[in-house]
Amino acid sequence: MAKMHVKMTVNGKEVEGLAEPRTLLIHFLRENLNITGPHIGCETSHCGACTVDLDGKSVKSCTVFVAQAQGKDLTTVEGLVNEDGSLGVLQEMFREHHGLQCGFCTPGMITRAHRLLQENPNPTEEEIRFGMAGNICRCTGYQNIVKSIAAAADTLNAQKEAAE
Amino acid sequence: MNDMTPTPEERAANLKGMGCARKRVEDVRFTQGRGNYVDDIKLDGMLFGDFVRSPYAHARVVSINAEEAMKVPGVVAVITAADLEPLGLHWMPTLAGDKQMVLADGKVLFQGQEVAFVVAEDRYAAADAVELVEVEYEELPVIVDPFEALKSDVVLREDTVDENGKATDGAHGPRNHPNHIFTWEQGDEAATDAVMAEAEVVAEETMYYHRTHPCPLETCGSVASMDKVTGKLTLWGTFQAPHAIRTVVSLISGIEEHNIRVISPDIGGGFGNKVGAYSGYVCSVVASIVTGRPVKWVEDRMENLMTTAFARDYWMSGKISATKEGKITGLHCHVTADHGGFDACADPTKFPAGFMNICTGSYDIPTAYLAVDGVYTNKAPGGVSYRCSFRVTEAVYFIERMIEVLAIKLNMDAAELRRINFIKKEQFPYQSALGWEYDSGDYHTAWDKAMEAVDYQGLRAEQAQRIEDFKAGKTRSLMGIGLTFFTEIVGAGPVKNCDILGLGMFDSCEIRIHPTGSAIARLGTISQGQGHATTFAQILATEIGLPADSITIEEGDTDTAPYGLGTYGSRSTPVAGAATAMAGRKIRAKAQMIAAYLLEVHDDDVEFDVDRFVVKGAPERFKTMKEIAFAAYNQAIPGIEPGLEAVSYYDPPNMTYPFGAYVCVMDIDVDTGVPEIRRFYALDDCGTRINPMIIEGQIHGGLTEALAVALGQEIAYDEMGNVKTGTLMDFFLPTSWEVPNYETDYTVTPSPHHPIGAKGVGESPHVGGVPCFSNAVHDAFRAFGLTQTNMPHDHWRIWKTANELGLHG
Amino acid sequence: MIPAGFEYHRPSDIAGAVSILQEHGDEARVIAGGHSLIPMMKLRMADMGHLIDLQDIDALKGIEIGSDVVTIGAMVTQHELITHEGLSNAVPLIKEAALLIADPQVRYMGTVGGNVANGDPGNDMPGLMQCLNAHFELSGPDGGRTVAAREFYEAAYFTARDDEEILTRISIPVPAGGTGYAYEKQKRKIGDYATAAAAVMIGGGTASVAMTNLADTPIWSEEAGAALAAGDVDGCVSAMMGAIDPVADNRGPIEFKKHVAAVILRRAIARAQSRAS
Repeated sequence: MAKMHVKMTVNGKEVEGLAEPRTLLIHFLRENLNITGPHIGCETSHCGACTVDLDGKSVKSCTVFVAQAQGKDLTTVEGLVNEDGSLGVLQEMFREHHGLQCGFCTPGMITRAHRLLQENPNPTEEEIRFGMAGNICRCTGYQNIVKSIAAAADTLNAQKEAAE
Repeated sequence: MNDMTPTPEERAANLKGMGCARKRVEDVRFTQGRGNYVDDIKLDGMLFGDFVRSPYAHARVVSINAEEAMKVPGVVAVITAADLEPLGLHWMPTLAGDKQMVLADGKVLFQGQEVAFVVAEDRYAAADAVELVEVEYEELPVIVDPFEALKSDVVLREDTVDENGKATDGAHGPRNHPNHIFTWEQGDEAATDAVMAEAEVVAEETMYYHRTHPCPLETCGSVASMDKVTGKLTLWGTFQAPHAIRTVVSLISGIEEHNIRVISPDIGGGFGNKVGAYSGYVCSVVASIVTGRPVKWVEDRMENLMTTAFARDYWMSGKISATKEGKITGLHCHVTADHGGFDACADPTKFPAGFMNICTGSYDIPTAYLAVDGVYTNKAPGGVSYRCSFRVTEAVYFIERMIEVLAIKLNMDAAELRRINFIKKEQFPYQSALGWEYDSGDYHTAWDKAMEAVDYQGLRAEQAQRIEDFKAGKTRSLMGIGLTFFTEIVGAGPVKNCDILGLGMFDSCEIRIHPTGSAIARLGTISQGQGHATTFAQILATEIGLPADSITIEEGDTDTAPYGLGTYGSRSTPVAGAATAMAGRKIRAKAQMIAAYLLEVHDDDVEFDVDRFVVKGAPERFKTMKEIAFAAYNQAIPGIEPGLEAVSYYDPPNMTYPFGAYVCVMDIDVDTGVPEIRRFYALDDCGTRINPMIIEGQIHGGLTEALAVALGQEIAYDEMGNVKTGTLMDFFLPTSWEVPNYETDYTVTPSPHHPIGAKGVGESPHVGGVPCFSNAVHDAFRAFGLTQTNMPHDHWRIWKTANELGLHG
Repeated sequence: MIPAGFEYHRPSDIAGAVSILQEHGDEARVIAGGHSLIPMMKLRMADMGHLIDLQDIDALKGIEIGSDVVTIGAMVTQHELITHEGLSNAVPLIKEAALLIADPQVRYMGTVGGNVANGDPGNDMPGLMQCLNAHFELSGPDGGRTVAAREFYEAAYFTARDDEEILTRISIPVPAGGTGYAYEKQKRKIGDYATAAAAVMIGGGTASVAMTNLADTPIWSEEAGAALAAGDVDGCVSAMMGAIDPVADNRGPIEFKKHVAAVILRRAIARAQSRAS
């Protein structure tokens, strides 16, 4: 099949590449763009390891063709670090509260949590658990992931308050 | 005086040594997506390999035609067993002393078996070509039931019978049927039978511990790169035992071991899945040799669930005898173990059923007998230790169910029955009837603490009320109280009785102290999420008095790390952790001599004090470890070689025996079969605690994997040998929504033989968790006459139990 | 899991999409959110030469709240259904059901049109739409037509939609004020299809009941609705139990599913009744 000229914005940068339309977005990110934060865990849209933020939506990039993502704005976990290269609040809170072990689900978890907190800056534990249910972790049992996200919400809210 | 301000406590805190909840050093990379997992590896000219797999569980391979596949643009090669045979690589040895086809050699024995390996420029071309390889099969009768296999005329493994069709001896002795693999016996059968015959009470039960799978979030994969100029093979892969893989690759390929470099990069969870050697690894190596280019193979999730490393699949029959008062007198256990098409169990050589003989559990059982029969069927090979030491989940499940069954027979409270049978503190070291020497324990203290923490009597009162309400029609929900007291056996193991493929199960640590007082330590293990880079530095910080933040831990590269047997069976802390402490002590011993020289006193006149050596009786005279490190490199000290390095290969004198007390409170919707975990309390005793934060994380994770296995996770087959649970839709991995919060607690009973007293913890919660969840389900129905119902306790099976007990009216 | 190749089309209007369907016949398929289709393609159980992406067609978007009818564009996602306040007020049953579909990520991509048009008996929206008495607007080479949700489903993956038609919008009558509603679903975990699910509306002397994943199509029973409207819960349940025809799968055998179906339905009815005024 003929390759298409793909253009999109990834982590604030315009990127382009040649890919077959059937190329899965996760493969385009990982193989063409060398953005290897998002991982492939299940390939059937159950595990969420491949989660990216696509036009403000949490999306499983293993179940999106690159052609569908043409022209869109993507954020991956790599794009959630601070401008000075230090860890973003969610990243820091996952580290602080031991919200990860093998690290394989972590990029998807953090990217999903980022969108969750954008939409609901003050989630209850139940809302976090429901909002994160599209991401599977095999190591942590989720307890510390929930804790990490709650702590990130608190920190972000405190930062926002301080800025106001 | 160099430094007087900080107190010893402050100095110790600065080291971030053992006992502190040090934040993980790994996480800075992982949280920003900078991990380096096998599929992240990208080499110039790298090809991608993909398998043609059998749709049938048992069939002859009549022909393989790759003509059309080779026409797909980008396809470089299609490799079959015929290509491997001249190299002697069409079969490979398994860890269990059997052998296994790398690619189908005339027949296939399970659905998904590797038939051909397609190598192409990228994974898309490879996948397209896989579709076009034409394989003609001739279907054979399928056997998925091990009991049927032992009666059947169908010979699954023609390579294991002689010309008369009689089973030849296997790796573990005589075989009584062509589909029989081994019989493994422990204990005294005659004595046990005698005890049973005379016993006041005997309870019998049969249970099936279903087949499941470790299913780490990252599947298995490898990248092989054969450099034809240097003759050196580099192999990256998801290896829980990289050094053993190097030896295996050398033995089967004929490449000298120094010309093989095996690297385990970051590993996205293992849980036993990544201990074995898989066809994909071998084929990536062969393909790289054939093509002269690097070749990557990464399995997808269906391939992972269908072909690499199942766990459990034990049919267990038990008898337990006791006095009327509940004192246990004997235990009898027989297991029919379904090993699938090849015996690829990952156990130490002398233990074909792993440490199943820990099945006397935490109880003082004077007489016992265990026999395990391994059987071939048309299922995938594996039999790995899924988040447990070798077959310990099966053993603990067995005894913790048998205790409940006995309690029912005696009409006794199961907590009390456990209590009166625990091995007493003063009995340690304790010789079990099935041959183990338990190192240390204080079971009564742990149990009493757990019972008090959950208000056990209060729970029972609440349950009694619930039963009354249920009978009165006021509720349709039942309450189960699941109890478990487990003893693990980890840290394999002493070289005298533990080896894998003849390699003794020691482990190792090599330390180099740099002139400026920082260090690197390399180990024979490999982290898969356990946080070794964090915790091993903590052990060293305490042992050698340099800050953990100044110590780099490196694992997984066989060119740089000392030889070790890897990470599984909770062996890293018990074995490599011990090696780390011992190597640290060698550093300290040399440091002591250097300090004495610098302080101009005799060696014996200085003593170690947190981060320095001080002159005895004159603590103001000291040399810090940092100063000593520098001196090791810049001073000519008579009689002492320059530098500060040490290596330790640690052969553990015994296993370690972590234990714990778990309680699960569960509500069950009788009409839908939906269980809800209301409370889970986990008390763990893993001896000395290195990093409480990481311990707690390990417990949360292990319990969650236990929840999954107990309540729904299975690899199920239909009668044709088709896998029914090949995706994460049907293979149960719970999400954050299905998982409760856990309460953790602990006692500390150090191991007397381990240098720092640590026992290992990663697998305890899984081992103890599965029976605890299962016992909660059973307990909910105990008042209505249930004795035993098999896992997984998914909705329909719980519903079925309620239905069979007549609870649906 | 790699899909076979295809030619990709992204038309900007319905006519453009229909003409591609006409041109390529069996070889072409439309893709909405893709979360049913792409997994099938990755398993190579669905294979087509031409894939028509509907995302640029504005006419397929948007939710309109009228006083009697709400209309929902086929490309509206589950996430939009959940977060649309007007829709939640007008037809709260939709949000309750949509929240039980798959997981958050899938709901961002999964569309209502894809969910109803695919004909997968596991999907929740078809039964829901039957309960709500929704109508589906279809556009094809011969123009548009409307099919009632209750007449749309023929068998698993077979619907009244012709191959050259596209489902464009869904219209739903706004339930009368005080109508009680409930969507009840039993599943093994987040991300699973229903073991059994029931949609119930009750109020103003009428009732409507539909169930999901208990036959090769969603099940709506006029008899069950009539019984429930008359206050005969047992009659309603009995009519539904006569209408469903579950098959055994990993969720359990038929007898279990039938039993759970009745339990779930009764719970849905009780909850709907408690909300009716």
